[in-house]
Amino acid sequence: MEYFIQQLLNGLTLGSIYGLVAIGYTMVYGIIGMINFAHGDIFMLGGFAALIVFLILTSFFAGIPVALALLLMLIIAMLVTSLWNWTIERVAYRPLRGSFRLAPLITAIGMSIALSNFIQVTQGPRNKPVPPLINDVYHFGDITFSLKQLVIVIVTAVLLAVFWYIVHRTPLGRAQRATEQDRKMAALLGVDVDRTISITFVMGAALAAVAGTMYLMYYGVASFTDGFTPGVKAFTAAVLGGIGSLPGAVLGGLLIGLIESLWSAYFSIAYKDVATFAILAFVLIFKPTGILGRPEVEKV
Amino acid sequence: MASGTTTMSNDTILKVEHLSMRFGGLMAINDLSLEAKRGEITALIGPNGAGKTTVFNCITGFYKPTMGMITLNQKSGKQFLLERLADFEITKHAKVARTFQNIRLFSGLTVLENLLVAQHNKLMKASGYTILGLLGVGSYKREAAAAIEKARYWLEKADLIDRADDPAGDLSYGAQRRLEIARAMCTEPELLCLDEPAAGLNPKESLALNTLLRGIRDEGTSLLLIEHDMSVVMEISDHVVVLEYGQKISDGTPDHVKNDPKVIAAYLGVEDDEVEEVISEELEGGAR
Amino acid sequence: MTEQNFPATPGLMAKALKEGIFAGVLALGMFLLYVGIKTDQNINNELIWYPRWGLLAIFVLVAGIGRFLIVGFVAPHINQRRLAKAKAGIPEVSEDKGFFRKHFLKIALVALVLYPPVVMSIYGTQGSLKFVDNFGIQILIYVMLAWGLNVVVGLAGLLDLGYVAFYAVGAYSYALLSDLFGLSFWVLLPIAGILAAFWGIILGFPVLRLRGDYLAIVTLAFGEIIRLVLINWTDVTHGTAGISGVAKASIFGIWSFDVGASNNFAKSFGLPMSSAYYKIFLFYVILALCMLTAYVTLRLRRMPIGRAWEALREDEIACRSLGINTVMTKLTAFAIGAMFGGFAGSFFAARQGFVSPESFVFLESAVILAIVVLGGMGSLTGIAIAAIAMVGGTELLREMEFLKLIFGPDFTPELYRMLLFGLAMIAVMLFKPRGFVGSREPTAFLKERKAVSGSFTKEGHG
Repeated sequence: MEYFIQQLLNGLTLGSIYGLVAIGYTMVYGIIGMINFAHGDIFMLGGFAALIVFLILTSFFAGIPVALALLLMLIIAMLVTSLWNWTIERVAYRPLRGSFRLAPLITAIGMSIALSNFIQVTQGPRNKPVPPLINDVYHFGDITFSLKQLVIVIVTAVLLAVFWYIVHRTPLGRAQRATEQDRKMAALLGVDVDRTISITFVMGAALAAVAGTMYLMYYGVASFTDGFTPGVKAFTAAVLGGIGSLPGAVLGGLLIGLIESLWSAYFSIAYKDVATFAILAFVLIFKPTGILGRPEVEKV
Repeated sequence: MASGTTTMSNDTILKVEHLSMRFGGLMAINDLSLEAKRGEITALIGPNGAGKTTVFNCITGFYKPTMGMITLNQKSGKQFLLERLADFEITKHAKVARTFQNIRLFSGLTVLENLLVAQHNKLMKASGYTILGLLGVGSYKREAAAAIEKARYWLEKADLIDRADDPAGDLSYGAQRRLEIARAMCTEPELLCLDEPAAGLNPKESLALNTLLRGIRDEGTSLLLIEHDMSVVMEISDHVVVLEYGQKISDGTPDHVKNDPKVIAAYLGVEDDEVEEVISEELEGGAR
Repeated sequence: MTEQNFPATPGLMAKALKEGIFAGVLALGMFLLYVGIKTDQNINNELIWYPRWGLLAIFVLVAGIGRFLIVGFVAPHINQRRLAKAKAGIPEVSEDKGFFRKHFLKIALVALVLYPPVVMSIYGTQGSLKFVDNFGIQILIYVMLAWGLNVVVGLAGLLDLGYVAFYAVGAYSYALLSDLFGLSFWVLLPIAGILAAFWGIILGFPVLRLRGDYLAIVTLAFGEIIRLVLINWTDVTHGTAGISGVAKASIFGIWSFDVGASNNFAKSFGLPMSSAYYKIFLFYVILALCMLTAYVTLRLRRMPIGRAWEALREDEIACRSLGINTVMTKLTAFAIGAMFGGFAGSFFAARQGFVSPESFVFLESAVILAIVVLGGMGSLTGIAIAAIAMVGGTELLREMEFLKLIFGPDFTPELYRMLLFGLAMIAVMLFKPRGFVGSREPTAFLKERKAVSGSFTKEGHG
């Protein structure tokens, strides 16, 4: 039983990270109907930004409080990835909006290849280990819960609350939802569609940066290839929850995290990714709209 | 008034019985029964949202009806229960073809290719399901030539012969409508279902369409059409069925339907109590 | 802001300057951490960092000045030319076909057949190896894979992101079956193709009712599952270590390329021992396989099944209304595409003599798909050009030793291969969203064969 709860906690932590990344996929898909393949690499960029900031901070201010360091890492990583995603959307995706449908997908795949190789070229191909930032561990009987897990879950929860508020309670969120429903009509009603889409990319990138920072903190290592597998898993989470649905993305993320940790614990670690992908395939085949997605009616 | 009653037979080609279609909480069609006679043009009319296209989608298998039975009688006497067949089987075996309200052509294929795709099943068989055709044996060459001849026949009928080698997406709206009908005819249907064939046509194109449709009927294909343009309906149909809110409110010859007070009320969109008024006025006035 | 209509607008320079500075600042923000700072491990495996301000400055300056020049000079110039063209009324596409374009395929085929002897006569037997192998075979494998995928994506309009799975099935089929049963390449080639087609049907059956992006993602998932199974099923596949010593292909069993064999090709003809002969033989094998793929594809396009594929790409619902069994039609496209992937896979295994899951990552699927889309979906010529440009271009980077003179001896151009590949994918899509060859040849005609402009063809929804 303790073992099960332990795995549940691990899964929850991992799931929070996937959920944060999944939001970026689901929002972009919702608003422009495009699978932003490069989103996983934005997540990876976020992790690297946090890593570099961490290195600079620890070499200049050796005794910096951990909380402050973490906050700075988060903020700078969010800023940098936002800049990147804004530019990427502006330069590579916007000119192709409304064009041939495959063109943006191919561009996004190209962007994903370019971004991961950019980091490989500029930062080297080797894994980058960082010393653990937070070491505290709590014991409840046989269950251990580390402070970093707690931080991850809390930061995720807070960000989701903020994010939910923005989407549902502000004019910006209304513009986003309107653009998602009907881009032309939204434009006719005075919504600046280009700006709304840009902001969506920026928001997605900021959340991915947070996820990237958490991932770095959790695993203590960063690599230029980190974009792909977590990216695909986060996308799986978005699809599982129902693509286009924000609560669905978080729910999907948590489920994927739980499945992954429980599968590793009870079946086999080797096939944990197979489990994730198989679930993706099953969901898509039997319930393509996901858990919280809107049903799609074939129009004749 | 239609003049094609000479070839009329009392044979029923399509019989829809107690058809119901529900989308979630919405009853799009409620216990609808109707018949289409062989060799006739039957028109299905009604205000927007009456469920006409839904009826079409049930007949052609794109929707599975919630309840009801749709029977198709072929000339040979073979009967098909359409609600049990998949959409492509309805065209392939039961010989029912259709067009769409918003034209669905293969816009990147040429006009001729569109008509060849429509003869897919026949050509597949002739090509020995590709294998014999790939090896260059069998009757494929002959059948392919025959298919092109058939396409040429319908291109001439639809007045598209000069555009045969142009992409379908390049045609004018009216020509696209005619091509869609010609393409459906290339499947050699016994019943042709047309969803608003005259929508968006100018008067001249509309006239040409009427000629084309009459020609199709006179060659022995029965027609079922949805139409908004009352002049087209009155001009060419032999039989009219009126739908409102998924139910049949009138059924008969164009003249009969034209003067049916319920139809007038449905089209003019009067309130329910006014309908009763209109009806009672009509009855008192002894119009019938 | 590139939609500048009047080139000589006053304040253009001010605007260009403003945009240039903006781009520079943006670049500073983007590259400050990643380019400005280099992280590295020291001997104790601890991370250290050092600044690279000079490189950062170059990035920022290139971005700023580049943007300035584009806004200030290039964009007005392009607009001017476009305006002049519009005024002169010259159509964008010229219809005349020169001798070269008319006979392009024949010329290309002759050139390819002559390629190995020509290269051999110039660079000698051993010197030709690099050209035949790296440029010839490598590119032709991708041509074949892309032509195979073209059946699925280009003709039937089904987006497949896991094509590499069938390549893997073909490669492992050959490697395992030749090891277990000692069967020869020529027996196993068709078997590998059939097995791949079989897998295509198995994987295709449940997913083909999915639409658009969903299909893409499921195929990606299947591709990954197959790769992960190859990694983890160590009893059979030896996991990441892969299978080495895969048997070489022979010239129909008459001459062998095994060094020890008595019927060794070089020995039989009294030639000096060299691996170049095997490569040249393989070059002709893959060329023949490519020709087979092209022939079958071209024939199929003129058959009802091929027309049904293209019709499916244009409008699936209309297809069903015409009595076409779309599930069967999609499955045949999937199976035939997979079969070509299987052929290419078994060829790959025979060429490398080694297979491992490493060769069948998602990136390969992405590269193949990119070649299909960049070439212009459905066009065999366009796809071949794209394969030459993208694969050949990146292979060429390996050869650019002279770059070391510019960037210093530590510079390894190979490292930039995939980075440039990704950037090239983006650039081609931005400038030619429909690929190199955007038009399609009709499969039948009454009076004359007119190419259909790309603006009419659809890309499918599946």
